[in-house]
Amino acid sequence: MSAIRGCKGEAAAELHVLAVDDSSVDRRLIERLLRASSYRVTTVDSGKRALELLGLGKENNTSSKGPKVNMIITDYCMPGMTGYDLLKVVKESSALREIPVVIVSSENEGAEDFLLKPLRPADVSRLRSRIGGSTS
Amino acid sequence: MECSPLYRQAANMKKSLLDQGYLDEQFHQLEELQDDLSPNFVEEVVTLFFRDSARLIAGIDQALEKTPRDFQRLDGFIHQLKGSSSSIGAAKVKNECSAFQDHCNQGSTEGCLRSFKRVKREHAALRQKLENYLQVLRQVSPSPMKAAVRPK
Repeated sequence: MSAIRGCKGEAAAELHVLAVDDSSVDRRLIERLLRASSYRVTTVDSGKRALELLGLGKENNTSSKGPKVNMIITDYCMPGMTGYDLLKVVKESSALREIPVVIVSSENEGAEDFLLKPLRPADVSRLRSRIGGSTS
Repeated sequence: MECSPLYRQAANMKKSLLDQGYLDEQFHQLEELQDDLSPNFVEEVVTLFFRDSARLIAGIDQALEKTPRDFQRLDGFIHQLKGSSSSIGAAKVKNECSAFQDHCNQGSTEGCLRSFKRVKREHAALRQKLENYLQVLRQVSPSPMKAAVRPK
């Protein structure tokens, strides 16, 4: 269960994705897109709410065990806590740091993709799809 | 089903909105996501957009009245409006938001006031056109929409 795959038919291993975005339009979009891949989706409108759901209290200590989350996908540019701020808190938490975090950016910022270090072969194949001239 | 006049009307309306640049390919992506499990997806997303945009526009109006103008606050609002416009394929609104952002970055009050008028105008025009389009869509039987309005 270390890789995130859309596994239809694996009822016992339904994967839970937490999507964070301040835009209600984008939350509805991502919920629909992830549903298409059979993930269970929870959406929240801020990094603060995401941390509350994940079980991190105000002091960033694990106050209560949150629901199991297999991936966090977050908007980068949000008022208050940015996606990057959220990433930092998650990765600094012993309880949460194993959860993969994907950051999504609008073209406003100009980034094509955000990847986590250390890069792995799967990341490199994603990069391949970003290089100009590719069809996918 | 596909030959019904209402159905053709919906397809023509959508084609017109795309041809005139009110909507772009992203709107088509929304329609692709509408299915049996999310039968009102397009209408839901459009409704969410206009709810958010009304709030953001009101916020910008207020911020433009305060002196000195808080360009950072204005940029925050327009960034959100531009983002959700992009998400539903509202091309003209998105472009006017970009123009507004440029004036904001230059700290030009005059420019902001002028371009915000255009943002509001495009926003109002789109709202009317989408309301008309959705009204027709609602009357069309659910299944054929995807097949019909796909551009060839």
